[in-house]
Amino acid sequence: MVTAPDNDISDIKVDSVGDFTFPERNKFDSGFGITEKTVDFIADVKNDPEWIREFRHKALKIFQSKPMPTHWATKDLENIKFDEFRYYLSDGQKPKRSWDDVPEDVKKTFDRLGIPEQERKFLAGVEAQYDSEAAYSNIKAAVEEQGVIFVNSTEGLHKHPEIFKKWFGKVIPTGDNKFSALNSAVFSGGSFIYVPPGVKVKHPLQAYFRINSEQFGQFERTLIIADEGAEVMYMEGCTAPKFETATLHSAVVELVAMKGAKIQYVTVQNWSSNVFNLVTKRGIAHEDAEVRWIDCNIGSRLTMKYPGVIMKGKRARGEVISIALANSGQHQDTGAKMVHAADDTTSNVISKSISIGEGRSTYRGLVHIPKHLKGCKNNTECDALLINTNSRTDTYPAISVRGNQHSTQHEASVSQVSADQIFYLMQRGLSEAEAMSLSVNGFINDLVKEFPMEYSVELKRLIDLEMEGSVG
Amino acid sequence: MSLEIKALHAQIPGREILKGLNLTINPGEVHAIMGPNGSGKSTLSKVLCGHEDYEVTSGEVLLDGENILDMAVDARSRAGLFLAFQYPHEIPGVSNANFLRAALKARLPKGEDIDAIKFYKQLYTRMDQLEMDRSFTSRSVNEGFSGGEKKRNEILQLMMLEPKYAILDETDSGLDIDALKVVSRGVNAMRSEDRGFLVITHYQRLLNYIQPDIVHVMIDGQIVHTGGKELALKLEEKGYDWVKEELLAAA
Repeated sequence: MVTAPDNDISDIKVDSVGDFTFPERNKFDSGFGITEKTVDFIADVKNDPEWIREFRHKALKIFQSKPMPTHWATKDLENIKFDEFRYYLSDGQKPKRSWDDVPEDVKKTFDRLGIPEQERKFLAGVEAQYDSEAAYSNIKAAVEEQGVIFVNSTEGLHKHPEIFKKWFGKVIPTGDNKFSALNSAVFSGGSFIYVPPGVKVKHPLQAYFRINSEQFGQFERTLIIADEGAEVMYMEGCTAPKFETATLHSAVVELVAMKGAKIQYVTVQNWSSNVFNLVTKRGIAHEDAEVRWIDCNIGSRLTMKYPGVIMKGKRARGEVISIALANSGQHQDTGAKMVHAADDTTSNVISKSISIGEGRSTYRGLVHIPKHLKGCKNNTECDALLINTNSRTDTYPAISVRGNQHSTQHEASVSQVSADQIFYLMQRGLSEAEAMSLSVNGFINDLVKEFPMEYSVELKRLIDLEMEGSVG
Repeated sequence: MSLEIKALHAQIPGREILKGLNLTINPGEVHAIMGPNGSGKSTLSKVLCGHEDYEVTSGEVLLDGENILDMAVDARSRAGLFLAFQYPHEIPGVSNANFLRAALKARLPKGEDIDAIKFYKQLYTRMDQLEMDRSFTSRSVNEGFSGGEKKRNEILQLMMLEPKYAILDETDSGLDIDALKVVSRGVNAMRSEDRGFLVITHYQRLLNYIQPDIVHVMIDGQIVHTGGKELALKLEEKGYDWVKEELLAAA
């Protein structure tokens, strides 16, 4: 799908490339609602070790005790009815290492999303998750031989407990927020990656998260550890069909970059507009390490996501590059958290949001530099683009800098694609959708240059589709 | 084959601006429209291209026999109508080359793309004719361009899109004499038997460089006087009052 010419997708509805579904055939279905029984059901099906079962139960209590963050976020959260979701669905099969062994409907799904094609072209490994479990998981032999581990979280905790246990839940504590607690109670799927010291994984590892079933919540859990001097790029994509009812996606992603290591985490999400996407993502960067989040949020009903970096070691670097596109009926509440916890640490946040029609974008940033440190630097830029006057954008930067041996700068801008700009482009022969698409792509152009080429092509295509859907 | 404007009436809410305008431009002809401020010259160019601020209340515009008034802005463009804007827009982040490619691609059947090598060859040839530096291919459309550079860029687009009928809306405004010569050279290079031009201007000066076949005077939303290129000189010398007086006398 990365290189498919436009006419190859003509049979798919234009409002969302992922808007199709196959009948459910679940062997394991946790049923509606979330109780201790739900947690035990999941722990039983997944054959969890005892410490994980306890971890889940403790998390459930925290989840139940925490209020919704409606007071600072949005009242729309109150529309999430936790009793109307199913928290675990799977066909009970183990992930396959060959696409030929993957059940036909699942294979068709991922074929249509272009995953096997991407894998052949430029990926070092792929994991494809369908509802609660991975259907396919494979890593190129050459990468595996270097000692790189790339499995789903269940396999990770069973087969590599010595690494898994050391970091799991340490970057993002269960009680960080209501949704991290929810994820901790019912998590399933997601990736576990370990890159040994000095190993630089040349090509990206990719996970794809697909929701197929209605009234369902997907709660993948990803843990990536790059050991000293190691480097890895991880890429995730996500889609879901557009159901009449709400769908919930609530992931927790923890990254650990040891001394001198480098992790790049790229997200290109394309949720349909009925998905509540409430995700907690954070990385720790040790001495001289770098954690970089590249986050592209397209679609969903409500996304709340603020990738963070804790710069724990000297000279550590953190970066968040985010692009959010909110169309009518969508609210993108995104941002970044940069916590400086050592001298000479550097963080960079560049956020670009696009609001179309009734769409709403919000930037929330947190930069924390305590008094006892010296030589810390932060740069924050947030730019918003409005297409038509009904859309809304807000910026809430919170920059707390103590001490006088630091440097921070913050810039924000709001610009508008005017009717006259669209007229100008259309006078040259571009359709209204093409004119909007070109304007949006121009707005994010300098960020997209930072992406691997395959993903920037994909992003452009998603924006084109979104624009086609937004004009009559 | 012609661009035929028949009894065209157009308004913005509460005010009629074009009041039954008639004009026929045949391929191969260069028509100039001159007229005092507020006579509706720029409105005419926008109405022809389908700007949503203006409502056409009656009349017809036929492009080679096809009524274009029901067509969207982009469809009119693809049908062969081009407007060189008086105030070209800036498109941040979109390079000139990509913009032109997108505009050319929009003219091809869906799924087809243009030949990149041919495209750049053509682009560089045209830029050389307009004495534009190659760096303009990668610069964002009109962003940070001087007034003169923007006008050159409009003519570059005209040269690349090769329309059947081109309207130049005060292309001379804001140009110094050297830039005016370059821009005019570009326009003259595009004159051909297959292409009609409508040149809207306040000043006769431009018409020294782009010599019109026919000159019209527009006053209060109508063409009130038509003549050869000598008419432009007379207007330059005597202003518009004599035309108005003739109108009154005739009425």
